[in-house]
Formats: sequence, structure tokens, C-alpha cells
Amino acid sequence: MGKTIRIDAKGVHYTPLNIMLREAVADGVKEIILDNVLGQRFIGNGLRGDDVSIKINGVAGGDLAMFMSGPEIIVNGNCDHAPGNTMDSGRIIIHGSAGDATAHSMRGGEVYVRDNIGYRGGIHMKEYQEKRPVLVVGGTARAFLGEYMAGGLLIVLGLNSLFPVNERGVGSGIHGGKIILRGDIDESKLGIGAKKEKLKVEDLEEIRPYIKKFSKYFGLNSEELLKSEFTKIIPASSRPFANKYCWE
Amino acid sequence: MTIGSTPVKFKITIDNEQCMLCERCIENCSYGVFRREGQKIIPDSRKCTACHRCMAMCPRDAITMQEKPNDYRSHPVWTREAREAIYNQAKTGRIILSGMGNAADYPIIFDRLVLDACQVTNPSIDPLREPMELRTYIGKKPRRVKVSKKGSGDYNLETKLAPNLKLETPIMIGHMSYGAISLNAQLSMAKAVSEVGTFMGTGEGGLHKDLYPYQNNMIVQVASGRFGVDINYLERGAAIEIKVGQGAKPGIGGHLPGEKVSEDVSKTRMIPLHSDAISPAPHHDIYSIEDLAQLVRSLKEATEWKKPVFVKIAAVHHAPAIAAGIARSSADAVVVDGFRGGTGAAPRVFRDNVGIPIEAAVAAVDEKLRDQGVRNEISVIASGGIRDSADLTKTIALGADAVYIGTAALVAMGCRVCGSCYRGLCPWGIATQRQDLVDRLNPDEASHNVANLINGWTLELAELMGAAGINSIESLRGNRDRLRGYMLDEGIMKVLDVKMVGA
Repeated sequence: MGKTIRIDAKGVHYTPLNIMLREAVADGVKEIILDNVLGQRFIGNGLRGDDVSIKINGVAGGDLAMFMSGPEIIVNGNCDHAPGNTMDSGRIIIHGSAGDATAHSMRGGEVYVRDNIGYRGGIHMKEYQEKRPVLVVGGTARAFLGEYMAGGLLIVLGLNSLFPVNERGVGSGIHGGKIILRGDIDESKLGIGAKKEKLKVEDLEEIRPYIKKFSKYFGLNSEELLKSEFTKIIPASSRPFANKYCWE
Repeated sequence: MTIGSTPVKFKITIDNEQCMLCERCIENCSYGVFRREGQKIIPDSRKCTACHRCMAMCPRDAITMQEKPNDYRSHPVWTREAREAIYNQAKTGRIILSGMGNAADYPIIFDRLVLDACQVTNPSIDPLREPMELRTYIGKKPRRVKVSKKGSGDYNLETKLAPNLKLETPIMIGHMSYGAISLNAQLSMAKAVSEVGTFMGTGEGGLHKDLYPYQNNMIVQVASGRFGVDINYLERGAAIEIKVGQGAKPGIGGHLPGEKVSEDVSKTRMIPLHSDAISPAPHHDIYSIEDLAQLVRSLKEATEWKKPVFVKIAAVHHAPAIAAGIARSSADAVVVDGFRGGTGAAPRVFRDNVGIPIEAAVAAVDEKLRDQGVRNEISVIASGGIRDSADLTKTIALGADAVYIGTAALVAMGCRVCGSCYRGLCPWGIATQRQDLVDRLNPDEASHNVANLINGWTLELAELMGAAGINSIESLRGNRDRLRGYMLDEGIMKVLDVKMVGA
């Protein structure tokens, strides 16, 4: 069992807060609990550590865990914009909602959001070899979901609402990865370059482990969830811009 | 065939009296211009891009090239370029892509600015005899410093200084990514800047492991595609640059076609082999000046405030106001890239029509920052069409701390500015990923050429400063009194804040 420490973040600026986090991790602390977090940005920014767990009690500010490589962050509250931004590996579990550009340009790891996310969720997520980012949203997403997506897996469950996403620009410019929606989406909401398909058995198998984790984190029944109807959004072409240019 | 073929752009002629049939032209031309038929080399001029590789390698000077061998009926409005673009788009219905910088015939302000020199009073300084202080520090400077007196009578500096880059000469090489250019081209420049004591940019293509030995002289870039960006990359760089815009194509992103994403490029960018690398037009986590400040601070926070962070913008109409916003964002330097900045590929309509010249942009940015009382706190780096030490000197006198060169460094490695970078067949081994072509560029040799260029300009800069009675780069920076406008209109001179010749 590793060491645990508790930090009262009340009134602490993000730079000293991050210094405390780094020092604790360097010191071999495995579990860090941050109490009274109130909008401090950049928590866990660029932090390394594969078996480190950070609990945030409160509301995390923007760019939570940006460039993070390894740790797990559990937020008991909401997050401001872009949690998981350009994240490399690790996990974020948000017991609440998250703002715009959640998982922006994420390169690896997993982000689970219990409730809703803002605009541009999962925008420009990308994958390379074993690094494949996953974003699972329990509630709903706003417009431009998965825009420019180049890789990874984005799941929106739309629990407690009619549609998982009911705004325009879903997957515009998508050229890799896939978006899985529980329920359906009107074709008119898809962006240029995105196409809708029925879910295949292998897609269901692919999402199963993440739905299971999601259900475990937030106390839901994964088998019930997996019985739902799903829709898949994938690139119409891996080269969305191939026919746009000619040479001088 | 409504339109038929348009006239060839270049005509290649072989002097058969001189030609010794060595076939070096055939070997060297990656565009396939030359073939041998019996005892003759036959050129296919239509394939020629005017890269000069054949001529440079011909041992007998047997090849001549003529530009535009066929005339159109001349017309001042319907130029050859206008007509050929219409033929192209009438055939394809697409956006025309082009390479290199702005090719439109705008007047060059640099060429209408002259420098000053001392005569009799305020004597000139001989850089051979007197030290010339060209060392330049790029980064945040404190508004004021606090010192305390030690018991011994010495002083302690109590203000914590922000990290700065130390340049031995105010010339850096701008960002050209691995993917847009070859690894050997990047290696050549990296060796050169390490040797000279200055810096170069990685571009948005990650940092190849072969460049790690030179990482202390490399500025890593974070652009809208975030390719190759992770915490290790950020920590390796001497500084980090957020690329918001580029002078050659302000307002739009970039698309590296899948063909150029070779195995090594894919590894360095961290994207799958042969997939398109698409950098969106905006950073999708920056939709406001506050968001930009957030990214600047996020990068600083991730690297524990040990790295200077630059923000690069294209020179556009409101560049000064944007620069003022950047100055308040914790950024250490603002990079302004003028509309003559180069590129591997940009829509022609952007390259030739969007943005403003660096001369006006840097003067306006410098003035705005001074007006707001923050110029002393942030560095200004200018780029986009700086061709020689005169342009360099004038840019500093207009208010820059240092410049980025791009095209000039490539020309030092053999580039002939043929502007076909987007074809990926660069016979000089610069703008290509084809291994046999890349191998033509020897980093050990080419690095000397690049270092020579920087050293030559540095010597000239020192001479120009000495002649003007200036022995420190700080005294040249923003020193408009050392410039005069020659045949510039009053409006431009007001923007540049220079007087006219004779005044």
C-alpha cells in the first residue's frame, strides 16, 4: 500500500498546487486527495506516474491533466474547459459535467464524464500504434462533437435525454477513429466528411470494456446499457481534403 | 480538350557539342525531364520546374534553361499568371496550391529604406578593434529588479528572472517541420545553429530522435494539430512556440498529405502511416485571447516555468492589437510572420493576397507595445522574406529583437526557389521524404553552408552597426532614426515612423 496525502487546496494558486503534486509523486505518494478545489486550472499538467491516483474534491478549472502521462484523476465535481487536453496516457473520471473541448487533441488514455460535456468534445483526438484515446460521456454533448477526429473512440450515451447529441457539425472533417452514440442521430446533424452506419458486433465488443468501466465508476448496470441501440459515425473517407486542391 | 495544353513554363536545351553523355542530368532530375535516345539526351521541357539540379551537376555546362519561352499576347490586366490560373481551375474546379512565399509583384519596403552611417562627428566604430555586442536575449524581462546589499558590499539580485534564450547573433531559423522538409535538412540546420550559438524551430512535426543532440538549440512548436506533442517533447525544447498563424497562409491550417507521412515521419508526428496530417485553422482550445493566455500558462505549468513560450502570429491588419494581448498572456516573445513568409504548400490565393508586409507589421507591433508600456518586457521576433543582412539590420531598426529566416537557410543548402516543394520530389534533398533524394543532402557539409550564411550576415551586421556608430544591438533595436525612406509615401513612413531621405 502506497502513501496517501491530503492537501487543502483552498485559496492555493495552481502553480504551488502543482508543485505540491509533483513533489508528492516524486516522494512516492500513490494517492493524493485535494480538498476544496475551486476552479484552479492546470491540475496535473504534464504530470507523470503510472500508479498514482489523485482525487479532486471540488470543481477543477481548465486544462485539467493537459499533457498528463500516466496518473488517474477522479473529480468529485464538475470540470471547466478541456479536461484531458492533449493527454498522453492515464485516466480522468469526472463525477459531474465538463466544459468545452473536453479531451481536445487527446492522444491516449481514457476520460469518463458522468454527465454532460460542452461544445467540441473529443475534437481532433488522434491515435498512434498502441495509444488510442477513449472518451465516454454519460449525458449529452453539444455541437462539433468529434470534429477533425483522427483516431480514438468517442462514446456518448445520452442517458436521461432524447438524443446523445442534437446539434450540428458532428464529426465534420473526421478522418480517423469512430464515434458511437447510444440511440440515433439525424443525418442533418452530421458534418462534412462524416457518415452514419449501423453498429456491428465487433463495434459492440470494442465498446463493451469501456461501458463496463463507465458503469462501474458511476454505479450503473452495464448489461442493460449494452442492450441499447447504438449508432456509429465514421469517416466517409480517410482523405477528406484529397479532392480540394490542384497544383499551380 | 477545349483548352488544350498551355505553353511550357521552362525550355531546356542541350548543347550536343558540349554534352559528353555522362547522364548525370538523367540521374539527378527527379521530375523525369531527361532521357537518352541513342547518342543524344532528349529533354521533356514540360516536366521542368527550374530547380537547376541538372545544370548544377552537369560537368560541361551543356544545359541551358529559358523561362517562359512562349509569349502570350501581352496584356497588362490579363497576365500570363491570371490566364494560366483560369485554365487550371477551368479544368479542375479546385483550389490552386503553390509553394514558397508570396509571388505577387508588391513593392518591397526594405528596398525603399536606407541605412545611416557616421561622417566626422559621432565617429564610426571599427568592429575589428572594438567589441560589437550582438548577443541577444529572447524572453521576458522584469519591469524592475530588486537588489539587496550584502555585508561584503556586493549586491544580491532578489528578483527571480524568467528563463531567456541566449543568442550569439540575432538570427534564428524559423519553423519548418519534419515532413515538410527532410531529416537531413533539419539536421543540417540544427548542427549549424548549435555551432553558431543560435536557435531553430522544429515546426509542427515533432522532434526526431536524431535531433536530440541539438535539442538545446531547438524551439519546439505546438500548433493546432498538436502533432508529436507530449510532455517529453515539450521538455526537450529550449523554448516552446505556439503557432497561431503563418505569414504564407494567415487564417488557415495545414494539410500534410498522407503520401508524405513516411514511417519515420509517422513516428515523429505520432500519427498512423500514410494518414493525412490535418492542422485545423484555429486551435480548438483557443477561441479568445483569454484562451491563448490559458494555453501559454498551461505549457509553462507543464514544463514548470522553465521554458520561454513564444506565440507566433501572421502579420495581419490588427497584428499590433493581437501582439498587445499576447504580451499580457505570460508569453515571453511574440513572433510576427510577414506576408512574404515561405511555405511548403499554401493556397495561391492566400500566399499572394492575405496579410501585410513584415516591415510595416514589426514597426506597428513595436510601437503598440511601447505605447502600452510593455515593449521592454517581451521580445519581438520578425520573419517573412528576410533576404540578407540589410533586411536583418532594417528589421531590427524597425523594432525587432531578432529575426527568423527560413527560405534563406534553405537556399544556403542548395534550394533554387523553384517553388515545387509540395511535389515531394525536391532534387536537392530538402523538401522531400524520398530516401535517395534525402541522401543527396549531406548534413556535415550543408551545416557549414548554413553556418557560413549566418556568420556572413553577422559580420555584415557588425560592420553596418559600426559604420553607424553603434556598438550594441540594443542601441539599434527600434532605432528608426538610422533609417530613411526613399520614395516611400507619407502614409507608409508614418506607419514605419521613419523620416524621408534628406530630412
